[in-house]
Amino acid sequence: MAPPPPDPQFVLRGTSAAVHTLHFSCGGPEPDIPLLFSGSENGFIHVWNLKTHRVDSALDGHGRKSVYCVETMGGKDRLLSQGRDQRICLWDLAEGRTSVTDSVFTAHVGFCRCSLLQVAQGRWLMAMAARSLEEVQILELPSKTSVCTLKPEVGAKLGMPMCLKLWQLNCSSQPVLLAGYEDGSVVLWNVSMGKVLSKLNCHQEPVMSLDFDSEKAKGISGSSEKVLSIWSLNEQQNLQVYKTHELVNAGISDITIRPDKKILATAGWDHRIRIFGWKKLKPLAVLDYHTATVHCVSFSDHSNPRERLLAAGSKDQRISVWSLYAQT
Amino acid sequence: VCFIPGGLDCSISFVSHVLGKVCIHGRQKEILGVLVPRLTELTQSDCIWQRMCWRLVECVPDRWMEAVVLGFVQQAPGADVLSRLLGNLVVKNKKAQFVVTQKILLLQYGHTTALLQNLLGYLSLDSLRRPLLLRVLQELLEAWSSSSAVKHSPAEQQLYISKAILICLSHLKEPEIDSCRQELMMSMMEGTKCHLDSSLPQLRRLGMVVAESISLKINTEGPVLKFEYEDDDETRELKSLLVQTPSLFVVPSLPDDDRSEKAGAALPLVPESNEKSHTAAPVVPDEESDAELDSDDDLLPYDMSEDKELEVKAPVYIRDCIEVLTGSKSEDVDKWEATVKALESLVRKNPAATREVSVELAKILLHLEEKTCIEGFVELRQRAQVAVLTTDPIPVAKYLTSQFYSLNYSLRQRMDILDVLVLAAQELSCPKFHGKTKPSGAQKPSIQLPLGSDSSKDWRRIVDERIKSKTRRFNTGRSHVELASCPNQFNSVAGYFFFPLIQHFDRPLTTFDLLGEDHLVLGRLVHTLAILMYLAVNTVAVTAMGKALLEFVWALRFHTDSYVRQGLLSCISSLLLSVPAEQILADMTEELLETQSWLGDVMEKDPDGDCRRLALQNLLLMENLKKKLEVVPS
Repeated sequence: MAPPPPDPQFVLRGTSAAVHTLHFSCGGPEPDIPLLFSGSENGFIHVWNLKTHRVDSALDGHGRKSVYCVETMGGKDRLLSQGRDQRICLWDLAEGRTSVTDSVFTAHVGFCRCSLLQVAQGRWLMAMAARSLEEVQILELPSKTSVCTLKPEVGAKLGMPMCLKLWQLNCSSQPVLLAGYEDGSVVLWNVSMGKVLSKLNCHQEPVMSLDFDSEKAKGISGSSEKVLSIWSLNEQQNLQVYKTHELVNAGISDITIRPDKKILATAGWDHRIRIFGWKKLKPLAVLDYHTATVHCVSFSDHSNPRERLLAAGSKDQRISVWSLYAQT
Repeated sequence: VCFIPGGLDCSISFVSHVLGKVCIHGRQKEILGVLVPRLTELTQSDCIWQRMCWRLVECVPDRWMEAVVLGFVQQAPGADVLSRLLGNLVVKNKKAQFVVTQKILLLQYGHTTALLQNLLGYLSLDSLRRPLLLRVLQELLEAWSSSSAVKHSPAEQQLYISKAILICLSHLKEPEIDSCRQELMMSMMEGTKCHLDSSLPQLRRLGMVVAESISLKINTEGPVLKFEYEDDDETRELKSLLVQTPSLFVVPSLPDDDRSEKAGAALPLVPESNEKSHTAAPVVPDEESDAELDSDDDLLPYDMSEDKELEVKAPVYIRDCIEVLTGSKSEDVDKWEATVKALESLVRKNPAATREVSVELAKILLHLEEKTCIEGFVELRQRAQVAVLTTDPIPVAKYLTSQFYSLNYSLRQRMDILDVLVLAAQELSCPKFHGKTKPSGAQKPSIQLPLGSDSSKDWRRIVDERIKSKTRRFNTGRSHVELASCPNQFNSVAGYFFFPLIQHFDRPLTTFDLLGEDHLVLGRLVHTLAILMYLAVNTVAVTAMGKALLEFVWALRFHTDSYVRQGLLSCISSLLLSVPAEQILADMTEELLETQSWLGDVMEKDPDGDCRRLALQNLLLMENLKKKLEVVPS
């Protein structure tokens, strides 16, 4: 007899707006406080103290326009945020400061979250959707120089890029980008040469979110329909569909794989968070706490596995934090 | 009569005279039945016989020319044969030209399609005759595009002309089309307008098919006119006329491949896929991974039995429904959809609550527009309206009938009001017939009212059946099947449905003029009144309704739109069937006599076949009425 689904460990309230993005920063050694960064629709980035469950500070840098992506760059002192004011802001949060040190004007009016990849100490690559409809631009941070622009060929009709993931197999190999587009296809780009390596039509509807496991060369994508698509990358750098999984209700806003690659979480439009085993996509749990569509899910980066958490942010303005399968 | 090849100096004029005389006496079939096959054989390869044949027909005196030419056209097995037999008769002889280009095509319409093919093919086969073909096409198009012709000529004639136009088009070559492209375009526009204006669906479809075909011919590249209509045998036959099957044609006909090329070009370009893209072909997971130690087994799943499809709950109270539909919270479209779907059953389950807010609900439903794309939205709305109307008939009927004549409603909304009134009246008058009882032919057959303008046809069928049943009853006595009777709920409210509709029909408003342009709505109104009259049988108000209806019909009896006239005649039928015979004779004798003479007129002179049939039925009904009353012992 399977046990009933667990309740959240705790719930963070107080954003007073729909939560669009979450990012943990718990990897630091003691006595660093584990933090959770959340971006909301009212333009604020809240820094949550996970010991006290209260907001430590609120960052206002996007002119009250919705913040839909938040990432840390090598620690909790440097933060990157992306908002609907067409800007990406870089923050300096060390020693209690809350100032924007730099910003990039993206001229992108969509919702595509940028993707960060650290390529060397102090150097990052960032992939973001650019001004032109189908293009993705790769910038180097913090210099903000453009590395390349990835333009699909004329007539490809991919539509807008919806979600991006930059990754590299190891520190010495070429960085590649996985991009999910509006026409339901996932494209693998070679960043240095700016060429398409492989394209896979895996959805009928726009790809809303994707995540990739570089060790197993397997990835998963979700869209606005009822199907989750798992695809793999073979030695010839070709994408192939591995399997599909049908959901009960349509619509996935976010997918994320836990850093230990054991489980993954999906955020659904049907207000539910679903947990699957990553190896064979075995459904593990359906967490039905929120009362509106769940916009984002994120796993924490605790060094102690037992403390690992999963956070989900929803349109109902709450962030639910769960502790699941922490023993494995 | 057998032909013996005589000497070359033989004069054929005597034979022509004989031929002409025989034909004019009506014996075309017999003589030409023998003559034409023989001549076909002889003229196949022999030029001399051809010239003899031409001389033969040329020498026929003018007064018999028509009969002979018509006979040949009817008997010839194909256009090429006709060409061999008649030669350039139409060019040389004025009478023949008149018969071929005018009389057969424009003044008569009883001939077969094969005859049209023969005739027009014949005109197209020789360069001397082709100008005639063009002239014929122009005149046919004139007839097709004239609005008075569309309104007043019978449907059969219009079908005939349409066929002739299509066959002409199929024979035209590119340079000829180029020369008359402008006129074709103009006639097409004019004609399409007149045809689409008509109230009869058959004429509208005819217009659409011909317009599409003309557009196909004149626009060889670029977008082609395309209408949406249901294909049936008639339209398929018409479209097949556009393509000539090449049999023995000397001139290469506008071929199939030309048409199919155009069809190919019209197909949407299949999007080219990147060579590197793969369609989703699932790779079977390796078998070996099962043998691996499955660390997923460590992860115990939780209970997921509660994971079901997300359902949006519809409100349970009628006042909540009103709130959702008047949409203060316009984002909650899921709830709005669920409310629209659930409304009808809620109304029927809570009659008392509905009665409190009935007029408000009716108003909301009348103005309800489709916010999201729900399947069957129109039907859902209509069913909800009918439910409201049957639950609280009097106030809602008052509201709806007053709105029918108010400003600023669309034609669609006014016709919706009429449909809702009819459906509700039907439900009120025979509530037990919703799918439960079997249709019995003798008494009231179960009536299915589909949406759309075809309801008049079904009603005619029902009225026909009822008429048949009445006549049968008169002759053979009462039928044995008697259905369980229940009080006619329509009784108390029939007047509220009927009289307000009939009151203001002659008062034009700024946006709505029943007697003017909006004759489609007038037609629907008349049919609605006929149905309401029919359903009011055995109600108290039926006599008063009958009198009012008779006056109404009398005022409109010369209306030019045949759909309206059909409705008026259905009104008379309903009247005769519903009002008890004694009442008719008591109150409406003079009017009935006048009506009878009008019906006689309609039966003989009305161009529309359906009108004539309905008039005949009404006269029969009146006869039965008289006989019935004579039989009743005084």
